[in-house]
Amino acid sequence: MATLENLDNKELIDPGPDKILGTGHDYETVTDRIAGIVYLPWKKSPRKWLVGAFISFVFVNLLMLAMWVLFAKGIGVWGVNIPIGWGFAIVNFVWWIGIGHAGTLISAILFLLKQDWRTSINRFSEAMTLFAVACAGMFPVLHLGRPWLAYWLFPYPNSMWLWPQPRSPLEWDVFAVSTYGTISLVFWYCGLIPDFASMRDNAPHLWQRKIYGILGLGWRNSAIHWHRYQKAYLLLAGLATPLVLSVHTVVSFDFAISIIPGWHTTIFPPYFVAGAIYSGFAMVLTLIIPLRAWYNMRDLITLRHIDAAAKLMLGTGLIVAYGYAMEAFFSWYGGDKYESFMYWNRMTGPYGFSYALLITCNIALPQALWSRRVRHNIVLVWIISIIVNCGMWLERFVIVVTSLHRDFLPSSWGIYIPTKWDWATFTGTLGFFLFLIFLFVRLLPSISIFEVREVVHHDRYMERAYEEKL
Amino acid sequence: MSEELELDELPAIHGAMAEFDTPEELVEACERAYSAGFRRMDAYAPMPVTGLAEAIGYKKNKVALCVLIGGIFGACGGFGLLEWITVVAYPHNVGGRPLNSWPAYIPITFECMVLIAGLTALFCMLAMNGLPQPYHPVFNVQEFERASIDKFFLCIESSDPQFSIGPTTEFLRDLGGKEVTLVPA
Repeated sequence: MATLENLDNKELIDPGPDKILGTGHDYETVTDRIAGIVYLPWKKSPRKWLVGAFISFVFVNLLMLAMWVLFAKGIGVWGVNIPIGWGFAIVNFVWWIGIGHAGTLISAILFLLKQDWRTSINRFSEAMTLFAVACAGMFPVLHLGRPWLAYWLFPYPNSMWLWPQPRSPLEWDVFAVSTYGTISLVFWYCGLIPDFASMRDNAPHLWQRKIYGILGLGWRNSAIHWHRYQKAYLLLAGLATPLVLSVHTVVSFDFAISIIPGWHTTIFPPYFVAGAIYSGFAMVLTLIIPLRAWYNMRDLITLRHIDAAAKLMLGTGLIVAYGYAMEAFFSWYGGDKYESFMYWNRMTGPYGFSYALLITCNIALPQALWSRRVRHNIVLVWIISIIVNCGMWLERFVIVVTSLHRDFLPSSWGIYIPTKWDWATFTGTLGFFLFLIFLFVRLLPSISIFEVREVVHHDRYMERAYEEKL
Repeated sequence: MSEELELDELPAIHGAMAEFDTPEELVEACERAYSAGFRRMDAYAPMPVTGLAEAIGYKKNKVALCVLIGGIFGACGGFGLLEWITVVAYPHNVGGRPLNSWPAYIPITFECMVLIAGLTALFCMLAMNGLPQPYHPVFNVQEFERASIDKFFLCIESSDPQFSIGPTTEFLRDLGGKEVTLVPA
């Protein structure tokens, strides 16, 4: 039985940058600590959680209002027009889908690479992936103009005997994003099954035991079941790894396969994937730093996690910097006058401010993470992660808008100014995303309980081996 | 469950279950039970334990094979669908380019492969494990709910040819099992 006394408000100590789990934990205490957050009565929710959930819920309503206006009046309520047909909708789509990618990286790629520090943050990042994909998926559909006909995107037998064009990257995107959403859900649920079983067995109330019992599908921790489970999980990780790389590659093809100067480059796929992981790690840090403080999880999500995530952010940020440098270099070295005009205009034209901000946020400021002192200063890491989130959003804005606003003929030049409904939709999805995150930490185990038990076991084994050696 | 009961008074028995404190004890007990000739048994642990399934004689599973078949099916299905759409159902001459433009089908083929293989991985694993399963006799043991928290169990099932209540419970005690109980079916 979970005891809520374990969750009293004594400050738990972060074990520092070398450990992924605080001292003094055994199999039972990790279960009680993680599941206890879910069993906490609603009245005892941290005040900050209530305030955060309320504010994000207000923005969910703003999103619904923005959608209602869009459906009623049409896409003219947004600032998009020829030549800038892809405004906020596509900027936000690419930004959100990129944020999802760190979740899959943490849960699948770091699993295959046997990085043990992924354990306490993988469940949370998978949830983040799922919610970010949900936000991303909304935008292309809203951008369709007639969103109620979105099912036309899928190949299905219809009375018009019409089929989508499978040679188009936009159609590839339909398959890539829907597959990504589905597989992320499968991976997430697969990881949750044994934890649902734990919660079925130690929840304080019968109704909770019933709900988690149904979700746990009758999992009984049998060795033979675990054997198949581990194989299935490993294979899912193996499938999710190329999938995550393919998804952002296909997203970059939406741009790269066109002939627009500024989009038509071969560096887009790797540089988009790196950028996606960069922004995803930034979002993981932005969310996990406050949550671990509010829910007193400093012994489960330690400085080790924050330090490693900050290093990965720095590394992927440098790949992105290389991408920018190569883009600029080839637009000069390639000798194409439209290409070089586009890049010069991107840096000095009407949207030059966004390029300068992009370089500041994405390249200049994150270099502070080279310093161990900065990486171990949690407030600074949090601020940098928010700066990177803004920077990566600006990157997509720069790519989409500055490449389009100077068409080949000066007579078709234009300027894109987002309207209030553009902003309402964007901030609305931010609220939707955060609201889902708030609900998630409240209703489901936000750290994988059985994997932390494995860490406990591993730590004990190492301790014993060390003692025997002495 | 007391053993003083007469055999014919006993309800149907699923098996005999012993409780252990650590995964190492459980693996050792499983190995000894297997070498003593028991075959129909299952071990329960709150996390995956290396070598536990092997210790009770379960060495290979067919999840990988199913996922391979699912992946091949998904890839062929995806590619075939696109081929059929562009060549048979809705042929479209774009600047004289060939109808069968297969390189453009690779991204969707790949996504279909991952989609079907991934769904197969989850559903095959669940189906082979017999889940969802609303009832299982092991849950009749009061202490068993700790199998998902911090305790480790070995259950020798009554369907094993060597199973007989007295000697088997005695054997489980010899293995070092703390609590040995009979599991009502």
